Amino acid sequence: METLKIADKEFSSRLFTGTGKFSSNQMMEDAILASGCELVTTALKRVDMGNTQDDILKHLKAPHLNLLPNTSGVRNAKEAVFLAQMAREALGTNWLKLEIHPDPKYLLPDPIETLKATEELAKLGFVVLPYIQADPVLCKHLEEAGAATVMPLGAPIGTNKGIKTEELLKIIIEQSNVPVVVDAGIGAPSHAAYAMELGADAVLVNTAIAVSQNPVEMAEAFKLAVQAGRMAYEAKLGKVCEHAEASSPLTAFLD
Amino acid sequence: MSFYDEIDKYSWDAIQNDIASKTEQDVRNALDKEHRDVEDFKALISPAATGFLEEMAQKSMKLTQERFGKTIQLYLPLYLSNYCANNCVYCGFSCKNDIQRKVLTMDEIRQEVEVIKSYGYKHILLVAGESKAMADVDYFDDVIKYLKKDFSQIAIEVQPLEQDEYETLQKAGLNFVCVYQETYNKDTYPKYHPKGKKSNYRYRLETGDRLGRAHIHKFGLGCLLGLEDWRTDSVFTAHHLKYLEKTYWRTKYSISLPRLRPSESGFQPKSVISDKEMVQLICAYRLLDQEVEISISTRENRVFRDNVIRLGATSFSAGSSTEPGGYANSNPELEQFSIDDDRTPEEIVKMIKDSGYEPVWKDWDAAMQE
Repeated sequence: METLKIADKEFSSRLFTGTGKFSSNQMMEDAILASGCELVTTALKRVDMGNTQDDILKHLKAPHLNLLPNTSGVRNAKEAVFLAQMAREALGTNWLKLEIHPDPKYLLPDPIETLKATEELAKLGFVVLPYIQADPVLCKHLEEAGAATVMPLGAPIGTNKGIKTEELLKIIIEQSNVPVVVDAGIGAPSHAAYAMELGADAVLVNTAIAVSQNPVEMAEAFKLAVQAGRMAYEAKLGKVCEHAEASSPLTAFLD
Repeated sequence: MSFYDEIDKYSWDAIQNDIASKTEQDVRNALDKEHRDVEDFKALISPAATGFLEEMAQKSMKLTQERFGKTIQLYLPLYLSNYCANNCVYCGFSCKNDIQRKVLTMDEIRQEVEVIKSYGYKHILLVAGESKAMADVDYFDDVIKYLKKDFSQIAIEVQPLEQDEYETLQKAGLNFVCVYQETYNKDTYPKYHPKGKKSNYRYRLETGDRLGRAHIHKFGLGCLLGLEDWRTDSVFTAHHLKYLEKTYWRTKYSISLPRLRPSESGFQPKSVISDKEMVQLICAYRLLDQEVEISISTRENRVFRDNVIRLGATSFSAGSSTEPGGYANSNPELEQFSIDDDRTPEEIVKMIKDSGYEPVWKDWDAAMQE
């Protein structure tokens, strides 16, 4: 399988995970290790940035893990940029998953503020991975603003509903010059495999792993599904036909 | 336009009759839906739902875990003052009660903070009786600014304020405001709140609107269960929640479920809500609203709290003192009410972990509202 390159980093795993909703930080670490992922996102609101003994960060020390702090909770570009700068100083990484959702109910990303913040943060030297609607035009704007990837949602975050934005994701994947990471709504390994088959460069899965009865096994299931989906994509899937090919071609009489 | 105009659409008696007329079929229909409305909520808290309690609990657990994960947030109340200009007939802080009064000085707050920090808390709820003369916006502003360096989420439960006052406090670091309506029954409200600014039903009711306009991040609402018919009051609370979610869509909401307890005034609740009914109510809120936070305080006993973790609760206090200065220098004569679950924060953390949940000390950052 091809490795995935984002900014200056290469990833052999195309599964990204998150730290939220686990029943303990030890369970979180075990699941993340089982998933084989190399990029893990954590909410800055949950991390005690001034404290080197922070319990979440303590469980993310494995050398192959890259930390992707996220801005979940901020409501506009100004708050996001401020928080990002604090995080860069405290955590020593310029990677940032930009999440701006002014609506705390469905946590849907604000396209206007996200674009504004991406422009500013890219200028400030951040590697910005913005979480956004599956909006192909917005994705092009973000690319031009300096985003390192685009992260369109498959379905509203936390819903486990799968790839509901399929038609738009296909356009985004076709048009994008930066990696496309399908971010939210993936609830089952089959959803993840399907996103990869469509040509997504990676997927980010959190709730479906954290809330399962057995997070470690579920993490491994996602790892295998993402690999299978990517392999199938690289091997080129056969065309889907509505009916069998005609055995007697209509134009054979011309030969 | 405010919730005061909205509430005119609903009649207390009609809602009470609606709830009583709900059938088991209504409950079944509500349970089978993916998204439920306040009509479904009425069925779920009605006596007709009694036989469906286990199914409600299972669904509530699943919805809560999907949204919040297996986590419980922890916070601690810090009582700043028990001076009060109101005379609420059920409250230990009522100005009619002959009790010792105290408002904490900054020095005393420092002593309290040292103890609270040693427990590990990062979320704090500042509580004060409603007395503008003894604890006003300037006082809260000073306290919040002082606490900001040590706490990542600062909440207040004090007298309702004006929109510009909330804006001022938000700049100081305020994240979360709790103001409970106590009862939504406009006719009987004055009987329980005969004196002081709290006797103004409308001003209190419109607090959510003022907070929403001030863009405060989180609002805690609820009624005092038992003051009036708890079912009818809960339906009004549900209407209030739905109105606020639609109108002030940037704000997060939290529900509190205080049950009326014996206090200094010896007030007797009008409708007592049993443990079984409390569970029914908690599950019904979760089935109505997957996102709302549900806070369970130390007013509840340990067996109830141990079990309610799985049922839909998202936020707990532990090791609480309800008297000003009570963490550093305990003096029970000052307390608002006696708590039931008196376990230490350490014991509660152990209980949460033993239940397979992660205690969350920090879920906000002061840097997020600069």
